[in-house]
Amino acid sequence: MTSNITRRHMIGTGLAATCAATLPGMALALTDATAKALVQQVVNDINRVIASGKPVNAMIKDFEGIFRRYADVNLIARSTLGADANRASASQLRAYTDAFRSYVARKYGKRFNEFAGGKVEVKSVRKVKSWHEVAGVVNLRGSAPFDVRFLVSDRSGKDLFFDLVIEGISLRLSERTEIGSMLDRRKGNIDAMIADLRQAG
Amino acid sequence: MHEFNLSVDRAIVRPAGKGYSAAIPDDIEMIIGNFATNLSLPGAIVNSILQGNGRAASQDFYRMVVNTTLGLGGLIDTATDLNMPARSEADFGQTLYVWGINEGPYIELPFIGPSTTRDAVGRTVDLFTNPLSYTLDSPESFYGTAASVSKGLSARGRYGDTIDALLYESADSYAASRSLYLQNRRFKVGKGGTDNYLDPYDTNPNSAVSAGAAASSDFEDPYDQ
Repeated sequence: MTSNITRRHMIGTGLAATCAATLPGMALALTDATAKALVQQVVNDINRVIASGKPVNAMIKDFEGIFRRYADVNLIARSTLGADANRASASQLRAYTDAFRSYVARKYGKRFNEFAGGKVEVKSVRKVKSWHEVAGVVNLRGSAPFDVRFLVSDRSGKDLFFDLVIEGISLRLSERTEIGSMLDRRKGNIDAMIADLRQAG
Repeated sequence: MHEFNLSVDRAIVRPAGKGYSAAIPDDIEMIIGNFATNLSLPGAIVNSILQGNGRAASQDFYRMVVNTTLGLGGLIDTATDLNMPARSEADFGQTLYVWGINEGPYIELPFIGPSTTRDAVGRTVDLFTNPLSYTLDSPESFYGTAASVSKGLSARGRYGDTIDALLYESADSYAASRSLYLQNRRFKVGKGGTDNYLDPYDTNPNSAVSAGAAASSDFEDPYDQ
């Protein structure tokens, strides 16, 4: 009898412990499936913008909306500043992040008319180190399809993509070079660089 | 050298590319591009064999057979329409990578543009790896060269705005070209993947992530694997 109670007790506690350990994990962690679903959403939005045939300025606005909603703009902006992010004040960082978001939207949104008649397709997903890499292809009219990858992470507290890699070329790393050059041109003056950034792209 | 190439682009390649793209209908441009690509396949097959990559070699072989027969001598890219595996684009620079040769410094070659020392050697050797250059007689052997020059012009015309943005709108076009070229080239020789990335959420001030400066400073060395 006593042994029966003990066994039942043990099973009960064991079950409870297992549930406690797994449930929150299942609810929070980013999985391959959720990463892929997120990118599928981004791609659907992008395809809708391409197919809309709107004038360029409207497309740029739409693209900025997509970028704001699905990308970790704070992290991308900060990492393109590189080491200089450490000496920037909080207000400079805020101004820079805003300017950077519109700059990226202008620079890449302008290219959307070259995508006319094209379509982005999500193909596969795999875990790489601490993030999930969702791979897709861009099919354009009259040219070979090219490779595009979204890097998705939940380390910001939300499921967001933190980089977009086209044929091996990372948006984040390329813009770091560009921002570095802009900063050099202004001899390291962050405010002057932010003013330039508002005009660039 | 970068300045020289910029002036060549401004004076010759850019206007020629725009003119070529405007003058020739898109369909014809595509046919010429397909023809040039098909002629490059034997060279790619030789390189895949040198790399010990039998799969890529046979995929390229079948693609060549299909495009040369069904695709009317390589004018139509039937293989892509049939969803056959993409071509390997193998070249001798990639073969050198497979053989474990280091990339070497970034350089710009006159007229040709961005390269690394390894790829410059690869390009030179590739002038000799294409078996077609040994089997064709004099006028025919120039068709391939003419077609690939046309293909290049067509790309300069088609992606004109993107290339203009890189060369003429960027704050430092040399730094931007170097960064884009190296990222794309490493992707191509290493056959893709972002495994060599560092996680930007790791913000240890001593890590490479915040060290800044170099274009690829938060890539890990691809040879460390």
